[in-house]
Formats: sequence, structure tokens, C-alpha cells
Amino acid sequence: MQKAGSAPGKLGETKVTKPLWLNAEITFRCPLHCVYCYNPVDYARSGPELSTDEWLRVLRQARELGAVQLGISGGEPLMRDDVEVMVAEAHRLGYYANLLTSGVGLTEKRIAAFKEGGLDQIQLSFQDSTRELNDFLSSTRTFELKSKVARLIKQYEYPMVLNVVLHRLNIDHIQAILDMAEAMGAEHVELANTQYYAWALLNRDQLLPSREQLQRAEAITNEFRARVGSKMKLYFVVPDYYANRPKACMNGWGSVFLNIAADGLALPCHEARMLPGLTFPNVREHDVRWIWHESPGFNAYRGDAWMKEPCRSCPEKTKDFGGCRCQAYMLTGDATNADPVCDLSPDHHLIAEVVDQAQIAQPRVSVHPIVFRDDKNSRKLSEESRPETAPAP
Amino acid sequence: MSERRIAPDAVCSLERQYRLQWEPAQECYVLLYPEGMIKLSGSAAEIMKRLDGKTAASGIVQNLEQAFPGVELREDVMDFLEVAHAKGWIRAG
Repeated sequence: MQKAGSAPGKLGETKVTKPLWLNAEITFRCPLHCVYCYNPVDYARSGPELSTDEWLRVLRQARELGAVQLGISGGEPLMRDDVEVMVAEAHRLGYYANLLTSGVGLTEKRIAAFKEGGLDQIQLSFQDSTRELNDFLSSTRTFELKSKVARLIKQYEYPMVLNVVLHRLNIDHIQAILDMAEAMGAEHVELANTQYYAWALLNRDQLLPSREQLQRAEAITNEFRARVGSKMKLYFVVPDYYANRPKACMNGWGSVFLNIAADGLALPCHEARMLPGLTFPNVREHDVRWIWHESPGFNAYRGDAWMKEPCRSCPEKTKDFGGCRCQAYMLTGDATNADPVCDLSPDHHLIAEVVDQAQIAQPRVSVHPIVFRDDKNSRKLSEESRPETAPAP
Repeated sequence: MSERRIAPDAVCSLERQYRLQWEPAQECYVLLYPEGMIKLSGSAAEIMKRLDGKTAASGIVQNLEQAFPGVELREDVMDFLEVAHAKGWIRAG
């Protein structure tokens, strides 16, 4: 089976492919305050949210370009009361519509309207399996509510899709997390380790697990998978810091993924707004066709003309596209460098040192306290010049 | 000949998470599922379009042989249904 994001892209020529995935971050508002959130740390200074009509226009324009998978995300998308309108229009246009939610705000009335409107899938995020840790990590009391929402999802005959973000503080609870997923009747479970962007980068010292933690969690996951068999599809995603080759980020810049943020900014990934020297277009000022095909921002790292060594002459450049531009920028200060996850990168020590540090039993909690994603912290971070730049290792 | 897992009287339908639709931008029928898309060949699409949850596999073969007269399709159709079943695209009742 081929995932939409895995269509092979050919480098060496800059052929513009279709944006198969439209991710609509319809709001940055969120009742949760997750310490690993990938929303921009300075979201508090982003402009006003797109209106309903503006979103419907984006849906139509992207669909005309060939977008077929739609993610309705945030923030917490259910903070808006017009999701029902967007879902119905998305279905009418022929999107496969996915709602990515913490579950907060998903009442029976709303889920009934989503079903009626043609929503195809709901992905429910869980912070952890134990109420105490779940509440600590998301900084609210939401665990019982999520269990209720999980029952609603079943009742309305949606497949039970769970996303659990793993990190140093919850990864040792993996058995309990898996048992919870089974008890809820989850059919598809993604155990995704935190990737270190935005808020997660600020909290990296606290969140990066040790190698031993990862190996143990993966072994438990494999045992569990062998026991439950095909009734649950189970994915375990290792943090890229523990890899020696970078991820094929977004399947290549401007290749299949189109992210529209709450304020209308069009981006080739969730994080790209932090990259310096690039101006990204706003759907308030440009149509999606121009944005995808013509805008300098979307063309900046298409193809391989921008690459430096060791990527430029690397035979693997057609597989991983040099990794992630944002990670290259965050860690090396230059977005055209190889992603330092790659052990061929001259900057790989930047990753290796952080990984070494994570093997020490006590994280360096004294460096700074864990930073919750909330408006107050975001306003404070908005005033700092380059908040996403990693602390010196 | 190995024993088939899809019997001629089996009624096949799309699995719950899958949706079949014509995709103008791809100029072909596709199967959509969470976070993914499978492009179907013309013959695969002709079979998939006929999985209405009522017609047995043998009926689908008949139906196709009427639509495309003069061609022996049974083996190809049954082979495709088995592949689709093994991939989890369809269920057989």
C-alpha cells in the first residue's frame, strides 16, 4: 500500500507535483498546553484566523490542484464552531477528511453532525495512559473526557485511531498505554516519538528519551503486536535523533504537502515559518495555485539545486532530500545544510552530543523548567528574537 | 491450482475506511483511505465499481463479461479480488 506521502519524487529536475495533502491548521487556540506541541512558539503574535468563507475558498482551490487528503487540525480544531461547515464542503468536494483532535469539545451533537457531513476519520490524541501524567503533560484534566470521546467515536462507527506522543516522561508507561489502546478497541495506534521542533525543542532536555528507554519500549511494542495480531495496526516511530540518516521530510519540499496555518500563511510544512530569508504567501493575498506553483517560498528547496555537500553528490539525496530544512536551520543556522541527523553531515556532532546527554539518568532539568505551550509563554517567546534556535549543547 | 480464499458466491464490499472515487487530477479511479491513496488501473476500477455489497463474485464476473464481451475474465477477476482482500481493501462475506 502506498501512503499519499510516499510517491517517489524525482530530483535533478524541478517538476512540480500535486499537493496531495492539505493540512488546515484552522486555529492555534487550544485548551491543552502540551510541552511538545509543534505549533510555532510565537503563535501568540500570528494574525487573525481565516474566516469560514476564506477556508472554504482554500478547500476549493486546493482540491482543484489535486489535493485529496484533508487534515483539519490546529491547535484544537474544535475550538471553532464552523468545523461542521468545513467538513460538509470538504466531503462535497471529494476530500478524504480527517479530523485531528484532542477530543476536547467533541460532543455527541458535533460528532453526529460530522458523520452526517461526511467526515471520514477522527484521530484522537492521548498524552498518556495514566490520568496523572496525562494531565501533567497536557496541563489540564482531560483524560476522563478523552475516554468518553473514544466511546463516542466507536458509537458513531468511526475507526478508533489513537495518536500517542512518546517522550522521556511517558515512554516507560508503554505497556499501560498499549493496554489502554486495546481496552478502548483501538484499531490503529501511532506511537510517535516527539520530534524536536517548536515547543518540543525548548523542552528537549526533558523530553528526549535514552537509548535504553527506546529499546525497551520498542521491545514491549513488538511483543504486544505479536499478541494482538492484525486487529490493531501499530506503528512505533523512533525519534530521528536516534537515526543515522535523516527522514525524507514532507517527502521533499513542496512535493505533496501543503500546510495552511490559522492566520492564512501557506507553508510547505508545519514549521517552515521560522526559516529566515523566505517570505511565505498568505491565502488572503494569493490563490493556492500561484502559491503552490509560483511562490518563491514553495520553490525555495524544490529539486536539488539548493543543496550543498555532502548532499549534492550523495546517492541518497533522491531518498531523503537532504532531510529537514527546518532542522538544518535550527541546529546549524543554515537551512541549506544537510540535516545534522545524517552522520555524513559535518554537523552531526550537534545531534550526537544531545543524544549522549540523554543517556545520563537525570535530565538537565535545572537548565530551565519545562515550558508549557500557553498564550503567556508564547507572548513572552514572541518578544525574543529567535526563540526556535536550540540552546547550545 | 491452489484453493481460493474468495469463493464464487462470496459477496465483496469495500472495507469501511476505503472510498472509491474518480480523481480528475489523477485521471483515474483511486481508493482513498486514511492518509493514503491507491491509483487503480482501468480494469481494477471496473471490478471495484461493481462491489456493491450485494452481488456475488461470480455475478461480478458475469457482469464484466457482458460489459466486455468475448473475453474470459473469471481468472483475472478472482485473482484481483484475492489481492484486494489480502491488502485489506475489501471484505468478503
